[in-house]
Amino acid sequence: MTAVQPGGLSRRGLLAASGAGAAAAGGLSAAMMLTPGHAGATPEQAADSPAERRYDFRGEHQAGITTPAQDRMHFAAFDMDPRASREDLVALLQDWTSAAERMTDGRGAGSLGPLSGPYDAPPDDTGEAIDLPPAGLTITFGFGSSLFGGEGSGKDRFGLAARRPAALERLPHFPGDNLRQQLSDGDLCIQACSDDPQVAVHAVRNLTRIAMGRAHLRWSQLGFGRTSSTSDAQSTPRNLFGFKDGTMGLRGEETDAIDEHVWVSSGADPLAEWMTGGSYLVARKIAMRIEPWDRSSLREQERVVGRTKAEGAPLSGGTEFSQPDFAVKGRGGQPMVALDSHVGIAHPSHNDGVRLLRRGYNYVDGNDEMGRLAAGLFFIAFVTDPRTHYIPMQTKMSRDDLMQEYVQHVGSGLFAVPPGAQGDRYVGRGLFA
Amino acid sequence: MIRKTTALLAVGAFALTGCTENNAAPAAGDARHLAVTATDDSCQVAAATAPSGTVTFSVTNSGNKVNEFYVLGSDGLRIIGEVENIGPGLSRDLVLSLAPGEYFSACKPGMVGEGIRAPFSVIDSGEQVGPAGDDKQFVDQASTAYAGYVKDQTDQLLAKTQKFVTAVKAGKDDEARTLYPDARMHWERIETVAESFGDLDPRMDAREADLEKGQAFTGWHRLEKDLWPARATGYTAMTSAERAKIADTLLADTKTLHQRTRTMSFTADEISNGAKGLLDEVAAGKVTGEEEYWSRTDLYDFQGNIDGARVAWEGLRPLLKKKDATLDGQIDKEFANLQQLLDAQKQGAGFVTYDKLSKEQVKDLSDAVNALSEPLSKMTAAVLK
Ligand SMILES: [Cu+2]
Repeated sequence: MTAVQPGGLSRRGLLAASGAGAAAAGGLSAAMMLTPGHAGATPEQAADSPAERRYDFRGEHQAGITTPAQDRMHFAAFDMDPRASREDLVALLQDWTSAAERMTDGRGAGSLGPLSGPYDAPPDDTGEAIDLPPAGLTITFGFGSSLFGGEGSGKDRFGLAARRPAALERLPHFPGDNLRQQLSDGDLCIQACSDDPQVAVHAVRNLTRIAMGRAHLRWSQLGFGRTSSTSDAQSTPRNLFGFKDGTMGLRGEETDAIDEHVWVSSGADPLAEWMTGGSYLVARKIAMRIEPWDRSSLREQERVVGRTKAEGAPLSGGTEFSQPDFAVKGRGGQPMVALDSHVGIAHPSHNDGVRLLRRGYNYVDGNDEMGRLAAGLFFIAFVTDPRTHYIPMQTKMSRDDLMQEYVQHVGSGLFAVPPGAQGDRYVGRGLFA
Repeated sequence: MIRKTTALLAVGAFALTGCTENNAAPAAGDARHLAVTATDDSCQVAAATAPSGTVTFSVTNSGNKVNEFYVLGSDGLRIIGEVENIGPGLSRDLVLSLAPGEYFSACKPGMVGEGIRAPFSVIDSGEQVGPAGDDKQFVDQASTAYAGYVKDQTDQLLAKTQKFVTAVKAGKDDEARTLYPDARMHWERIETVAESFGDLDPRMDAREADLEKGQAFTGWHRLEKDLWPARATGYTAMTSAERAKIADTLLADTKTLHQRTRTMSFTADEISNGAKGLLDEVAAGKVTGEEEYWSRTDLYDFQGNIDGARVAWEGLRPLLKKKDATLDGQIDKEFANLQQLLDAQKQGAGFVTYDKLSKEQVKDLSDAVNALSEPLSKMTAAVLK
């Protein structure tokens, strides 16, 4: 059945209308039907409303990278089941692709939807996103290095070792790291972003369920409050230290710079031509020492960051987007923007011109057993090659950045993000072709 | 034990979405999607015929009484498919695989009487329709087998509880500690059945952590604490009189359970949902090591729940294989995997204690439980379709 309900079918709440057809195809029994009365917005209205914003899942690149950063994130890393075969992995990616395509379109995770299907069966969508628009949902998939045969173990479970990108090694230990295994690495990752947290959580929850028996959730992180802008249309947000963050970050509009610093170009890695049009996702869970920070003077805070708290202007003067002038000296001949300030360390001029596309989020995981806020920054960056675009900079930061006193890296992951799924292909197909 | 009574039927919650215009409008020209409008005194099916194959009846109750919709065989007796409990204003789909032939459609306003019937013909479309044969014998076999299993397990539970109680009362603690997990396995194998007796379950299987203030702590776990007091700080041992009282009551309750299970019978969905319920028990209390907090014998219970679920599935297998062989294969595979992980923890005739498991082993077991529960949760719908 190909019932088309004008203006309605895309809304999750109306899924049952199409679900009935799908149920019929499956030869099922008593199914529940939701009435399609609340048809709501027309497509034209939908396009105007931020809540109704939709991004295509399919395309040259995966969505969720240069897409304007949404306000909320649910990130999840998975391990393949020890019994899973290469065929299971391919089938999982196929199932994830179709579910992701449906959900980013505002439909349910399964073909029946949350309110349809046999009355005696659990619905194939969990339902907490019923009546919610996609709110700009994007779902981005990545592959961890362990998928290609873990380092040392030599086990090539899925026959992928020969195609492992040279850039996809575990990140090295950086000074000051206090990484927890249960917050790090994984065979696969999913980044789900939306302006509605419930929509992002719904996506990860359903993809986790689809994976059961083939891949298992290893760790996950909720993020609120994007800490960077990926579009000129966005203002620079603040991190939990109260400072504007990511002022120097790449914006989606800078297409040439994006090509240079984010996308993997053809020929970059002869073993991993399948990564052309993809990118590398660096994930770092950075715990912030909130209470000591809050007790430090405004002078200290600005010195550490290298910018004013008010506008985010470099301490050498100007406005937020003025370039810091490291030559400007103040009283006592000291540089106004300290070279070991956060800005000083991270500035492209001190990093061979390297720029990152940042997509981090603030997080608060309640509090620790000592009553301190368990809060920080879930740092995500997309780079063309972590060996040039992350590792050198982070090594310097970990060693010299004044901000190190107030932060600790507790989780870490590096994932190869394949190009977008085009046509009717599944995401990551190039790796198996 | 069940932590909360969750016997609520998830019916009617959707009534809140009751906006009814354009209700369940089938696509124009789809002869296999028929709108049915039921009122308190009429039953309008959009067409009196349909092509053979998968046919969807979108039933809307426009009346004020709770309604039902049936498709009956040509004898007017055999129920081919039904949707029950359609509240006023609600819509439900009935999706059926229909072979060519003569049928009856029927609405039953108020859920009483013969219903408002009309002949319904299915015309040969040339499409292959799955075996529409009578599955009753499969269900009967499964029911008989499962009822026999429940009886056998309660027989063994009673015999072993008798021995356990005797040892407890005689102060033979070592012997009692050996008997405890072994006897309880028989309880765990039929836990969803035992729990269906709301008077017995809290008395027999309540865990101390689940009690409300002022609620008496009795049954298996009360004796468990007395036999394994190591994790109970500042614990005062029971007197022999207190012990005897708890032990005697446990035995008396076990006898009641035994007697009540002599004549039980089970429908296919009860068996199937029971299997899923047993896996839920594993996920909730056993794999987390909460069930046997004092004795750490959680893996025995784990095995018991898995045994019970496997027997239920095995009884339904002939039917399930016919209805959905792929699903059956998945369940088969996941049972084997889970059992393999459990077998790795065997020690002698029993299992290692829960505290011997590493975090990774617990995670692996939990992943395997999820991997089995997901397909198992689809079994009821599959065998009923
Ligand atoms: Cu229990």
